[in-house]
Amino acid sequence: MAVATIAAAPTAIAGGTEADTRRYTAGATQIIMGLVMLLGFGLGTRTAHGASTTFGMTLVSKQGTHVPDWVFPARPVIVALAVVVVLLGAARLAVQLPRRWRLIGTSVVLFCFTFAFMAWSAADPKGGERLILPSVLDSMVIAAVPLVLGALGGVVGERSGVVNVAIEGQLLFGGFMTALVGTATHSLWIGVIAGVLAGALMGLLLAVLAIRYLIEQVVLGVVLNLLALGVTGFLFKSLMQTNQNSYNNLTPFTTVRIPGLASIWVIGPVAFDQPLIVYIAVFLVMLVHLGLFHTRWGLRTRAVGEHPAAADTVGVKVLRLRYRNVMLGGAFAGLGGAWLVGNVGNFTENMTNGKGFIALAAVIFGRWSPFGALAAAALFGFTDALASQTSSLQLPIPSDLLTTLPYVATLFAVAGLIGRVRAPAADGKPYIKG
Amino acid sequence: MRLELRGITKTFGSVAANSAIDLTVEPGEIHCLLGENGAGKSTLMNILYGLLTPDSGQIVVDGQTREFTSPGDAIKAGIGMVHQHFMLVPVFTVAENLVLGNEESRGGPLGWLDRRKAKADVKEVSARYGLPVDPEALIEDLPVGVQQRVEIVKALMRDAEVLILDEPTAVLTPQETEELFTVMRGLKAAGKSVVFITHKLNEVRAIADRITVIRRGAVVGSAEPTASARELASLMVGRDVRLVVEKEPREPGEVALSVRGLKVTDDRGFLAVDDVSFDLHAGEVLGVAGVQGNGQTELVEALTGLRAATGSAELFGRQLVGASPRAVLRQGLGHVPEDRQHDGLVPDFSIAENLVLDQFDNKPFGGLLTLDLDAIAKNGADRLAEFDIRAESERTPAGALSGGNQQKVVVARALQRDPSLLIASQPTRGVDVGAMEFIHKRIVEQRDAGKPVLIVSTELDEITALSDRIAVMYRGKIVGIVPPDTSNEELGLLMAGGSGDEAEASLEAEAVEPVAEAVAEPDIEAEAVEPVVESETPAETGQPAAEETPAADQSSESADE
Repeated sequence: MAVATIAAAPTAIAGGTEADTRRYTAGATQIIMGLVMLLGFGLGTRTAHGASTTFGMTLVSKQGTHVPDWVFPARPVIVALAVVVVLLGAARLAVQLPRRWRLIGTSVVLFCFTFAFMAWSAADPKGGERLILPSVLDSMVIAAVPLVLGALGGVVGERSGVVNVAIEGQLLFGGFMTALVGTATHSLWIGVIAGVLAGALMGLLLAVLAIRYLIEQVVLGVVLNLLALGVTGFLFKSLMQTNQNSYNNLTPFTTVRIPGLASIWVIGPVAFDQPLIVYIAVFLVMLVHLGLFHTRWGLRTRAVGEHPAAADTVGVKVLRLRYRNVMLGGAFAGLGGAWLVGNVGNFTENMTNGKGFIALAAVIFGRWSPFGALAAAALFGFTDALASQTSSLQLPIPSDLLTTLPYVATLFAVAGLIGRVRAPAADGKPYIKG
Repeated sequence: MRLELRGITKTFGSVAANSAIDLTVEPGEIHCLLGENGAGKSTLMNILYGLLTPDSGQIVVDGQTREFTSPGDAIKAGIGMVHQHFMLVPVFTVAENLVLGNEESRGGPLGWLDRRKAKADVKEVSARYGLPVDPEALIEDLPVGVQQRVEIVKALMRDAEVLILDEPTAVLTPQETEELFTVMRGLKAAGKSVVFITHKLNEVRAIADRITVIRRGAVVGSAEPTASARELASLMVGRDVRLVVEKEPREPGEVALSVRGLKVTDDRGFLAVDDVSFDLHAGEVLGVAGVQGNGQTELVEALTGLRAATGSAELFGRQLVGASPRAVLRQGLGHVPEDRQHDGLVPDFSIAENLVLDQFDNKPFGGLLTLDLDAIAKNGADRLAEFDIRAESERTPAGALSGGNQQKVVVARALQRDPSLLIASQPTRGVDVGAMEFIHKRIVEQRDAGKPVLIVSTELDEITALSDRIAVMYRGKIVGIVPPDTSNEELGLLMAGGSGDEAEASLEAEAVEPVAEAVAEPDIEAEAVEPVVESETPAETGQPAAEETPAADQSSESADE
């Protein structure tokens, strides 16, 4: 008489769940992107009159085999891509796809959109305008390096529970010390080491004030940034500006060409003919990833960032680990600063110009993971490169507006619209015993 | 291992949390530490576990004096502790949590994690002690009972000989408590000692080999488990305590709250309250019984305006469904939320401020723009005295109070406004018998004053003691409304889904009789019900929780000190 209830399971109510909301948002966004491509790029005036797109394929500044230009009719290609994007958006809207397919779909949409934008920007009825693709990629690498290193600095600190808003200051101070020590010792690499140590020192300052004196970490980070800006600005004016040659004059990095790999078609000169620090940055990303997820250090770091009391009760020294990680993070950011200086050969006042904050955005956009940070930094670097490389093409869109795109994306990411973003639970919370 | 504490003294400011406490734990015994909230039990255990340093006194392990400056020292000496708030990283797997801090023996020279060996070790220890856990499950997906089991395995993996359990049953359902007792007996059989901290008398009598009673920071005596609950209670509280709620039979008045066809969905979009209808009369206590997670939480949230719902719930003719929490409060609701830490208190606010959270914009506490700070302070001081809230003053932050005293603040706030409707979820969660007696008395006073009272509790004893009628919830439905003299066995059967078919349709007062009859045949029911009970505990396999287990439970109890 009572068995009927056993089988009664709670009923899922259709509609209104988080997954559905996200599906609708994503699908609609993709369709809108497709329509922008179709109406703005494909059928706009720029692609009228049988305009063709010319992509240069050879990186002039570096050695490598000459690859002929890539020329194709602009309108049909862009329209075709737009149709693909609209269809994918409609599919996303219509059915709940498995996670894998969602990722693939989103990637294809982003690629099509970017390609269509580039094809549109280099479209010209006379065939005179061109966009050199390897140059875009090369600028992307150059721009992404400080972002990756800064973001790694953020990742190791925040994974252990200390918010690092001072990345900007660490980059700046690292860069300054690189220029100063490097010029004084006539060795760029000694300068780089000085930059790394300077970053670590800034990290130590952050750690002491945040961990020992329990200062609110976001405010503290901002203050440290202002401190770095003030100190380096003052010393730059009083020291370097008047005596450029003895305090601020370095030979920039030279590229290290990896034989064989550097000869790969188009990609080779971009990926395998770069200064040593580029390779180091990629190597560090892998190292931190393996460290965080496969070693004792990583397990403890993550435990301390999620639930410090739990770590403490099993004998992990919470504060010591936090000190170490914040200093390590500062060192990474210091290396990023060294790159900024070593890339051009000298330091200029406020040369970071917000890159530390963009690195912070990369930490969040990359969901506190090293490879995520790498991807985010590459994305930010790419839009930056695209904006600068298309600036000569007289686009109807101001290039400054273009560079804001990734930050809009970050805002959406932080707002939880692009998947769930969750910071380490104890991020920014000081640990007080007892 | 024989563990001795000699003359342990610890003072915080002017308060002596522990004064000259002596305690001996023999090998292979279950030693109960019984005491009121804030008696100093947790302080003593934190000293033993190296989290606090005593002002004076000695810890002696097997005849040797030891000093513990960190938990690491205590672990090395063979002491393990299961904290009231679990010390587990929610986003880690079981295996990761279990090897944390102890990875050296499992890692290579670079500190490389050997996950396979970790899993094997976990499986080995859990098999040896009969504590099944899935090493690859994420902690945040596990029910509270299984998380606790993981904590016990964690201590055992570190070769604990003495296991301290700090109020372990506070977060458990009755079934989980029984399971825990089985585990404790198994540990005892394996030669381990268990220090069991609690203030629940029936548990002490069920499991203890020896009982030490602590009151106001000092040992006031020891007792045998054969002692009566009343003896233990008076020893613990220091005066005679009535354990039975005294209440005169009373004729209920008109219908005060009328609920019809109420449907509520939970956070994940599942129907948590499924077409519930009932009437609550003025001058009546309706108790809602059920295993945690069968829709009680959502029912209360819907009635208090905290959660959207469909259907109807009218309080003296005014619709509550769709009303904002403020509108519901304006109608005079007194609400004791289930989870005082989450929903009941602002921990950084003072006691006085917390006491007026639901009335700060009303006279006499404030008006349109201003607060009357004097009135708020005076009210705080008055309630402190009236409810025996143990705090320095009404300016003390609520978060600094012990769990039981926090609960008194929440209850005081709900009662001080002379509510038109009192809804109390787990009204005595985490409070000791002395405070429980007081809170129960006040709830009955509300009833006697002709007020409608809705009580939600997972403690059957509390439900049967207070209620005039008992509604049992199972999987979102009220499966029966029965009189308070219904036996615990029958209630248990209903709570496990017993006679759902008969009861779900009509729940008018008239329907009480047939429903009661339907469950009066436990022999027939038992067979049909048993498999349900089994499937209710996914705990067995260590698999992620089924719908029945709200994660919020974990954070609901506060430290004792």
